[in-house]
Amino acid sequence: MKKNENILAYAFIFPAALVIIVFHIFPTLYSWYISLFDWDLISKTKEFVGLANYSKLFSDPDFLKSLLNTVYFAAGTIPLSIVIAFTVAYGLSRKIKGLSFFRTVYFLPVVTSVNAVAMIWLWIYHPDAGILNWFLGLFGVSPHKWLLDPVLAMPAVILMSIWKSLGYNIIIFLVGILSIPGEYYEAAQIDGASGFQIFRHITLPLVMPAIFFVSLVSLIGSFQTFTQIYMLTPEGGPLKSTMVIVYYLYQNAFVFFKVGYASAISFIIFLIIFTLTLLQNRFWGEKIDYEN
Amino acid sequence: MKIKRNLLYLFLLAGAFLMAVPFIWMLLTSLKAPDEVLTIPPKLLPSVLNFKNYSYAFAAAPFGIYFLNSFLVTAVSTFLQVVTSALAAYAFARFEFRGKKILFLLFLGTMMIPIEVTLVPNYIILKNLGWLDTYMALIIPWAVSVFGIFLMRQFFISLPKELFDQAQIDGCTHWQILWKIVFPISRPVFITVSVFSMVGSWNSFLWPLIMTSSESMRTVPVGLAYFSFEYATRYHLMMAAALFATLPVIIVYFFAQKYFIEGIATTGMK
Repeated sequence: MKKNENILAYAFIFPAALVIIVFHIFPTLYSWYISLFDWDLISKTKEFVGLANYSKLFSDPDFLKSLLNTVYFAAGTIPLSIVIAFTVAYGLSRKIKGLSFFRTVYFLPVVTSVNAVAMIWLWIYHPDAGILNWFLGLFGVSPHKWLLDPVLAMPAVILMSIWKSLGYNIIIFLVGILSIPGEYYEAAQIDGASGFQIFRHITLPLVMPAIFFVSLVSLIGSFQTFTQIYMLTPEGGPLKSTMVIVYYLYQNAFVFFKVGYASAISFIIFLIIFTLTLLQNRFWGEKIDYEN
Repeated sequence: MKIKRNLLYLFLLAGAFLMAVPFIWMLLTSLKAPDEVLTIPPKLLPSVLNFKNYSYAFAAAPFGIYFLNSFLVTAVSTFLQVVTSALAAYAFARFEFRGKKILFLLFLGTMMIPIEVTLVPNYIILKNLGWLDTYMALIIPWAVSVFGIFLMRQFFISLPKELFDQAQIDGCTHWQILWKIVFPISRPVFITVSVFSMVGSWNSFLWPLIMTSSESMRTVPVGLAYFSFEYATRYHLMMAAALFATLPVIIVYFFAQKYFIEGIATTGMK
């Protein structure tokens, strides 16, 4: 019986394990191996270069720029998105009517494809006939060439990205706020705390884990950002101002065919995301019950 | 108090309106006549509803093929994800076997590997398998969802043990228990996993962009990207295409919203 169960268990796990090993675990290790070579993906032979690809990375101005741009993207997106999402979530938590309507509207951009919504934003940012310039013109702001302007291209990408992911953050915050036991608020009211004091000393600290979680998830997402860059600012934008790290990886691997070099970049991405995910599991990890 | 409430509604409505503006603008532009699109200042409403834009955009590129590819890839990979995840989750939840803990941790660990990192090696693997530019490349590497395994396992563990014992006494095999007993009572979790795989698969872009090369293998997002570069100045057609490309996901979302929100709320998964 016991032995049978062993075999049966392996049989049940086999299809999943096969795919995970062949297409996830092995490629990760293989990628590290490729990063030690100079290779163009087509040649039969690859030249072993040791860690040369890595040392090249840190003197490559384009790589450093892509790293910096990714950090800029994250810094532009995350704090602002958290403040807006938290404010909206707090509003939604105040026993309002039409909660499901609001939730639907705020969440809709999250499920739609980046490609489709990026097309809409291309149109919104149009230098001549775009509605953004028209709207700002109502307040006397002169028109800008958003996505064609090296200074404004990244903020434009950031604005779209905030809009796209806001609904996700709102849901996480809403859950966090609604899970605070009502007694806490009642006790605070009995003690005569003001609305702001309640917010400052009860809501905010108790939602802190959710804020931390959203920050990490968004940070991980920033290091995976590709599609909106590809759609809105081809070639990494004017003066490479929106060249983020995954775009640079894509270019090296599938445009320049510098596969070894690209693999070194992907190892750096791996290290960053791995570290961030470990941190994230630390704080969200109580939900993962490894023992049972 | 009353004023505060009204201000709150005003704030939430204004926010909802801002969130909806891009969609509204897409809809309005998609209905405009070509000469009404690039006007300065922008003309907010179309003078006549030009529904022809949709059929024109749909025919301007092989969207029929793109949709067929996307439907096929989404349906098959969702089905496979649900089946492989359910099997693995059942094993992790109900069986005692050697290496269980390590295997489970290894599975979970792969959630820390972003696909971007494996693009180059997977390209080489698929090339060696002869799968590049085929449905296999779009489906098989995505036939498993670790998130699905994790979510289903949590649910299966919470089911009463007597249920399984009784079924075994009645002579059911584990395969039968999974599909005849566990599956019907675990419907919410199956739907949640399906909805996440569906939307993820439908919207996937970087992978099909790299792993396919011929026009006849493009999925909707990839086709949309090419369309967007080709028709860059004809915004009424671009908006029409964006609209019908997002429609399937929006429909799924409206019907399965509850599972979506709950899925995110309980796991933080995107």
